[in-house]
Amino acid sequence: MIPVGWSLALSAGLFMIGVVGVLVRRNALVIFMSIELMLNAANLVFVAFGRQMNSMDGQVIVFFVMAVAAAEVAVGLAIIVNLFRLRETVFVDEINLLKG
Amino acid sequence: VIPQMLFAAFAAVALVSSLMVILHRNAVTSALFLVLAFCSLAGIYLLMGAEFVGMVQVIVYAGAIMVLFLFVIMYLNLKHDVETGVQVALRRGLGWVLGAILFAEGALLLGHRWFPGPVSSSTEMQRGGNTEALGGVLFSRYLFPFEVIAMVLLVAMVGVIVVGKGLRAERREDGR
Repeated sequence: MIPVGWSLALSAGLFMIGVVGVLVRRNALVIFMSIELMLNAANLVFVAFGRQMNSMDGQVIVFFVMAVAAAEVAVGLAIIVNLFRLRETVFVDEINLLKG
Repeated sequence: VIPQMLFAAFAAVALVSSLMVILHRNAVTSALFLVLAFCSLAGIYLLMGAEFVGMVQVIVYAGAIMVLFLFVIMYLNLKHDVETGVQVALRRGLGWVLGAILFAEGALLLGHRWFPGPVSSSTEMQRGGNTEALGGVLFSRYLFPFEVIAMVLLVAMVGVIVVGKGLRAERREDGR
């Protein structure tokens, strides 16, 4: 049996990497990938605690999180494509106007 | 002991490849490392007995979502770094080495297949398995959230089509 602490440590590491990626990168696409990393860290915690408590609820919630992540990625990438058409850049520090 | 070792290996791969995601300069490489991180996470889910989640992780995350990412990255045609000859040679050599390892693995597995050992019955199959249990919970206790999530996906699909149509088409309809 894998101790639940190991999963929590791995999840914390992945989440921190995701946060650092969002903070330090300029490319909007890489920022989105970092957000995916954070979502996966949360999923790992759900699965680990679900197994610890011997219930299926954690895995069901992971299923929902994945569906929401898919929707989020689709909408976000569409926005990024539109942004690129408008401003010819995906670097977030060059996008500083609400007006297109 | 073996599950712990496998967990440690998968965790190391996941951490290193997710570090590469945020450290590498090329967005395409970042996306491919993210695929590697997702696949090792799927391995961890399998180790934890969450088979359905592991498979969905591979199909939805490593398959669908990352293909969408790569499509957008290549559609936008961002600045790509210049490749030098040394890197190409290194990559080709690495490819050959990895291919040889894969071939050796296949040969080894095939050898075991021809001379199968005694069947181990240590892992007893739970009846129906993980997927059936998850489906039972999903379609009874979580039926309403399931329907809501279907609605969310539909709304997201319509929204993406509207947003992706672009401003130019909108302006044309306005007659500008």
